[in-house]
Amino acid sequence: MSNGRVIVITSGKGGVGKTTTTANLGMALAAMGEKVALIDADIGLRNLDLILGLENRIVYDIVDVVEGRCKLRQALIKDKRMPNLVLLPAAQTRDKSAVNPDQMRQLIADLQEDGYVYILIDCPAGIEQGFRNATAGATEAIIVTNPEVSAVRDADRIVGLLEAADLRNPRLVVNRLRPHLVKNETMMSVEDVQEILSIPLLGIVPDDEAIINSSNRGEPVILQEGTRAGQAYRNVARRIKGEDVPLMDLEEGGFFSRLRRLFAGAR
Amino acid sequence: MPLPSFLEKLFGRPEASKDTAKNRLRLVLMHDRAAIPAAVLEQMRAELLTVLSKYVEIDQQALEVNLERSEGTVALLANVPILRVRTDIASDGPDNPEKAEPALA
Repeated sequence: MSNGRVIVITSGKGGVGKTTTTANLGMALAAMGEKVALIDADIGLRNLDLILGLENRIVYDIVDVVEGRCKLRQALIKDKRMPNLVLLPAAQTRDKSAVNPDQMRQLIADLQEDGYVYILIDCPAGIEQGFRNATAGATEAIIVTNPEVSAVRDADRIVGLLEAADLRNPRLVVNRLRPHLVKNETMMSVEDVQEILSIPLLGIVPDDEAIINSSNRGEPVILQEGTRAGQAYRNVARRIKGEDVPLMDLEEGGFFSRLRRLFAGAR
Repeated sequence: MPLPSFLEKLFGRPEASKDTAKNRLRLVLMHDRAAIPAAVLEQMRAELLTVLSKYVEIDQQALEVNLERSEGTVALLANVPILRVRTDIASDGPDNPEKAEPALA
């Protein structure tokens, strides 16, 4: 076993931003010079390739590897924008049982053997076999949630299930926060969410229209300077590496955000 | 409660919707977190029975172990009808064997 990091990104509920988070954190870590492999464990509902803009380059997928139709290296897609980043795509026409926990652990060991230091696993929504497979080889977990009742309830369920799977210290990313709604007490604040879930906070990502553009184009938002979500993801990546990065100022009219916008130019 | 929100309450402004969300979540999570699968509850019942039987003779058919939920709390309630206190208990046992009341845990 190497001293690499194997992090599963999970949420329970679908649509909270797991895949976007995986793509951005992977790219941000790679941009910092780390060797990163992303595994799309959402077999049958493959999307990480699309968010990364790598969908046209898939030849083999994760099921081809475990069933021996190709070598692991043949299935890995290198990101031309980010030489340190590879994607192991999910299969689109198979189901969640196509890769079992032992096979997942073997894949991770092989990736570590090949020198990938950060392995991020995009977990499918739900708590069934797909979740168990995706979490099998992980040693750390990031829970993505939104400040919204159903997402928080599901996140709480995931905390319990991760604990049962011996992943005891999950960290929380609160995604799609809308600061002006928090300010007028319509949306739960990060403190509210944290109070309920009582797990450590890894980061806050504001709701940002730039994410829609970036998904449309297949260019993760961290590649765009001056976007709030991009900055938030870069901060999360630095915290994953152990840096102590203060939470960014999310207040729309705050001094720092005005200053930042001034320097980033008008969007 | 800070004074302004107290005044708002007094003048009938509805609770901020995020507070409604938080309170509802708190309640539902208390229930979620206390949910014990039937098989586990059955195993717990059997193990309780084993332990208690060391000290007292229990009416096994009437033993009840349930989760009770009421506003704000979740409790494990066991109703253990005792037929007879065993007299052959080692004196280093942690419990007081004299107690013959049905135990409420």
